[in-house]
Amino acid sequence: MHELVIVEGILDAVLPEVKKHNVKKVISIKLKIGELSGVIPECIDYYFDIASKGTLAEGAKIVVEKVPVSISCRDCGYNGEIPRRSYRCPECGSRNIRIESGREYFIDSVEAE
Amino acid sequence: MEIKIVKQILEWNEDVSRQVTEELDKNRVCLINVMGSPGAGKTSLITELINRLRDSYSIGVIEGDIAGQIDADRIATMGIPAVQLQTDGACHIEAMSIQNILPMFDLESLDVIFVENIGNLVCPAEFNIGEDLRISLLSVPEGDDKVEKYPLMFETTDALVINKYDMIKYFNFDENRVISRENEANPDAPVFRVSTVTGEGLDGLTGWIRERISNKIGK
Repeated sequence: MHELVIVEGILDAVLPEVKKHNVKKVISIKLKIGELSGVIPECIDYYFDIASKGTLAEGAKIVVEKVPVSISCRDCGYNGEIPRRSYRCPECGSRNIRIESGREYFIDSVEAE
Repeated sequence: MEIKIVKQILEWNEDVSRQVTEELDKNRVCLINVMGSPGAGKTSLITELINRLRDSYSIGVIEGDIAGQIDADRIATMGIPAVQLQTDGACHIEAMSIQNILPMFDLESLDVIFVENIGNLVCPAEFNIGEDLRISLLSVPEGDDKVEKYPLMFETTDALVINKYDMIKYFNFDENRVISRENEANPDAPVFRVSTVTGEGLDGLTGWIRERISNKIGK
């Protein structure tokens, strides 16, 4: 429901940046979103079409790269991905783990011409 | 042409959230963000906690609602400064709203501010509001699957409070399911079983909150 706020955040970050590069048009915006965040890409698309009207980003495509959850295990040293919402080391079963990725929520890059 | 940007999407919220924290740190005020579904008992929990904490601390309340000011009126009748924050349809409270409201309180004389977030298990969890403590409320009639269905709410909280615990015999509510899931997703968060009607469990919860407040403000 708050995807509009997110879209405004995306435009606020992207538009000043592309203006600096004197681009004519934004073709696509790449987002990296961790599996642990609750963002719905379809909703972003919907609001983006509305909010970007009349800006350099009008018509740009939103490309979402989902970042899987990966951990490091403090007990056995395992490093790597885990299935969503398991929160245990897949090697030794320990819960003494650190989440290394999966909470990402950022704009990575913009393709423009 | 590819332009690298690498910026947090909600960066502005994180920035403002940090400013709110700084302002509160300066004035030694502990901000407690109370989240949960509509009807879980957020306002009742806050009023019960106020009754148990008001002898030791000076307390204020920010009541978030989409419309109306029923909750703020309820708190104000207790003689506690309360500000109603109407979000005009928004599903969550942002740090900016808290920043705008803080000047309405006399921060120097306050020790604790409770924020009652919008009744919603999804969006409020995504927005830091400069809080020192997050408390997530789940009431027995809502069902025992909520921790699994709304993971972010229960993963990011500092404590899970199961409210309406006096009703557990009337519902098919498997508390072990809730607690084991919470322990797995968020092992550091304690779980409290309470009823704001009978008062059971509230002393334990109050004791834990008291400890957290005193860690922050030193009294």
